[in-house]
Amino acid sequence: MSTHSAASYLNASHGIASWLFTRDHKRIALLYLISLSLFFALGGMFAGAIRLELLTPKGNLMSDATYNKMFTLHGVVMIFFFLIPSVPAVLGNFLVPLMIGARDLAFPKLNLLSWYLYMAGALLAVTVAVTGGVDTGWTFYTPYSSTYSNTNVMATAAGAFIAGFSSILTGLNFIVTIHKMRAPGLTWFRLPLFIWAHYATALIQVLATPVVAIALLLVMLERGFGVGIFDPKLGGDPLLFQHLFWFYSHPAVYIMILPSMGVVSEIIAAFSRKRIFGYDFVAFSSLAIALLGFLVWGHHMFVSGQSMYAGLVFSVLSFLVAVPSAVKVFNWTATLYRGSISFDAPMLYALGFIGLFTIGGLTGLFLATLGVDVHVHDTYFVVAHFHYIMVGGALFGYLGGLHYWWPKLTGRLYPHTWARLAAAIIFLGFNLTFFPQFLLGYLGMPRRYHVYPEEFQVLNVFSTAGASVLGIGYLMPLIYLLWSLRSGAKADSNPWNAKGLEWQVSSPPPVHNFDQVPTVTEEAYAYAPADKGGS
Amino acid sequence: MDTETGLQLFPERASSVAGDVDALFYFLVAVSVFFVLLIFGLIAYFVWRYRRRSPSDAPAAIHGHLGLELLWTGVPLVLAMFIFGWGAKLYFEVFRPPKEGLDFYVVGKQWMWKVQHPTGQREINEMHVPRGIPVKVTMTSEDVIHSFFVPAFRVKRDVVPGRFVTAWFMATKVGEYHLFCSQYCGTAHSQMTGKIVVLEPADYSAWLSGRSAEPPAVAGKKLFDKLGCATCHQQDASGRGPSLLGVFGSKVQLQGGGKVVADETYLRESVLSPQAKLVAGYEGIMPTFTGQVDEEKLLDLIAYIRSLALPPAPAPRQP
Repeated sequence: MSTHSAASYLNASHGIASWLFTRDHKRIALLYLISLSLFFALGGMFAGAIRLELLTPKGNLMSDATYNKMFTLHGVVMIFFFLIPSVPAVLGNFLVPLMIGARDLAFPKLNLLSWYLYMAGALLAVTVAVTGGVDTGWTFYTPYSSTYSNTNVMATAAGAFIAGFSSILTGLNFIVTIHKMRAPGLTWFRLPLFIWAHYATALIQVLATPVVAIALLLVMLERGFGVGIFDPKLGGDPLLFQHLFWFYSHPAVYIMILPSMGVVSEIIAAFSRKRIFGYDFVAFSSLAIALLGFLVWGHHMFVSGQSMYAGLVFSVLSFLVAVPSAVKVFNWTATLYRGSISFDAPMLYALGFIGLFTIGGLTGLFLATLGVDVHVHDTYFVVAHFHYIMVGGALFGYLGGLHYWWPKLTGRLYPHTWARLAAAIIFLGFNLTFFPQFLLGYLGMPRRYHVYPEEFQVLNVFSTAGASVLGIGYLMPLIYLLWSLRSGAKADSNPWNAKGLEWQVSSPPPVHNFDQVPTVTEEAYAYAPADKGGS
Repeated sequence: MDTETGLQLFPERASSVAGDVDALFYFLVAVSVFFVLLIFGLIAYFVWRYRRRSPSDAPAAIHGHLGLELLWTGVPLVLAMFIFGWGAKLYFEVFRPPKEGLDFYVVGKQWMWKVQHPTGQREINEMHVPRGIPVKVTMTSEDVIHSFFVPAFRVKRDVVPGRFVTAWFMATKVGEYHLFCSQYCGTAHSQMTGKIVVLEPADYSAWLSGRSAEPPAVAGKKLFDKLGCATCHQQDASGRGPSLLGVFGSKVQLQGGGKVVADETYLRESVLSPQAKLVAGYEGIMPTFTGQVDEEKLLDLIAYIRSLALPPAPAPRQP
């Protein structure tokens, strides 16, 4: 099926304009990959500054104002300009059409517009970073953000606002594409779980993102024009902002984690040569998470002064959303049973994901528990918890997926030993960085503290040491992946012997993806030779 | 705190609810350890037992198992509901104050805690309380959202401007404990800390009787006269400085354009760095009072200036 002709999507046309005005979903995916990698590096540098400062209890590296800008920019860049787009914009863009046997996404021009909107928002935020910074925290809590902060809140909020439209358009594109452009025979229950996860994610992107856009717009109105919405001095209500903000930003956690769950399903199946155990349950758990995820935002507000009965409702719903996540973890684990398991780098990231997501999910239960949340809320316990979900979960999924599909994206193989080593270093560095923060949080160290009491220092030293290891771990893939572009061995169309339409086209794929529209006759993950499929 | 440095793993327990919170916390730790060991153990066993032995391995498909799906949906669900119920019961315990007890007032502002005792005594960033008697704290903020957090008591409550919130605790152990602001509130957020000093009831009474309960506005008036502020800030507009009559809460026209609301933050800044935001039409001749007035005196001064305002700005309810 694969034709090793010269006309891959990478060399079909040349020149900068052929990239900047491309409508090929694969090239747009690479544009995202390059820009996201830059913003990840930027966000990582802010994190490095934070960890260095926290090495000692006193603020001896930077002023408190600078420190506050560092953690704000770290959060803004990592969440709005890296994690939210990461898997969907890079891997989803590249793979959704390939996996369903389509020529491109439903709206190729809209897809390119998404990238430009993303860049506009992100560059605005970078401009803020180099022209004075912003110090509200990525959460923009009012009335601090709308009235009191003297920093560049307007431009940062505008950046996140613009990038939000990029996210909405990507989601819209995926929904239409998955509904209308599946190859003949590719029924819903034959879809790869990666597609299910992206479908659920796209629903959240389309439905929730407008709410944060409105919330940020209202902050800008109050700040720029004194329209009283959130500041009690102007007759506003500061808690209204928290409701609007978390109505998006809690589901946003699922925008970050669901696509990575899709990646993990693909990797686990490919590297244990098994269909995913309980496929239907894994597919529907994505939808359940997306749905319930909309109803739990108030668990960020248990000590905020919202009604205690509201607290009860949000707590019970938060416990419910834990169940489909647990179902996924059990099904992935069961998939390994009687498989044929190999330990390539993507599999190491996927196994790391399951482990770290399990810890992140279980510590989420602590925070959903009303009486316990009162103590650990806004402490390092929360910081540790969401890094286990967002780095241990979302980022591990992203890195695993990048390693899994790298040969398809680039047509090159990377050195496997280095890749395995990097995965192990990242896993160790991550745990050393963030596990001590659970202990710090229970001891009572509040988050966003520039200086802290001396008794917290030892655990902070561990955490900073871990961050150094983690930093080295992140640099390694950067080096060997770039190296592979020029010097890596050429990949054939299916280097992992994996199932899925994307592995039936050459690596890298031709511009038009498929020479003829494929017809699907079997379920996803039909690894077993005698397997007749069916669900 | 007894541990100055070194590795500390458990927070001190010094309130009536701390033990209850810890009990549920450790139960959650036990549940987590169980599931982590279960998942990690299964993964470790499976990946070793079923490692790929030959490149041509082709294991048989297993579609799923309804019984297992129901099991691992049902068990987490029941367990989650149990933890929810326990946590909710505790939440009401932590936030519903008992009927009797002492009424304290706390005002958070960038970046300090102002505490007033039931008998009128005031403190800043320190709060002396008696052991064994419930203390109910009514709080508000003068600017942004703060959060009143005492780890040793396992108590935390956001302090929101424009409304009063309450928290309560009953200290069970004499000692000094951290008071943190745990809601990010701006530049010096991490220095918005203080200590809770728990005394035996008799020592607390003695401590109270050693402190004057003079209203801060009266103290501020004395300080205002002593520092000679009235030389320039006269009752009418004839002085070298602007009149302070009714200035509190008003919008002040600044030199070089722009307006600022003359709130605590502005008045505080104007005493400490008078050149920062000059009132239009006045020369920048006022010296700084940094070092001459500490935070407590500053509050007295502000309270006095505030008392000159018409109508008076809302202040915390007097006991």
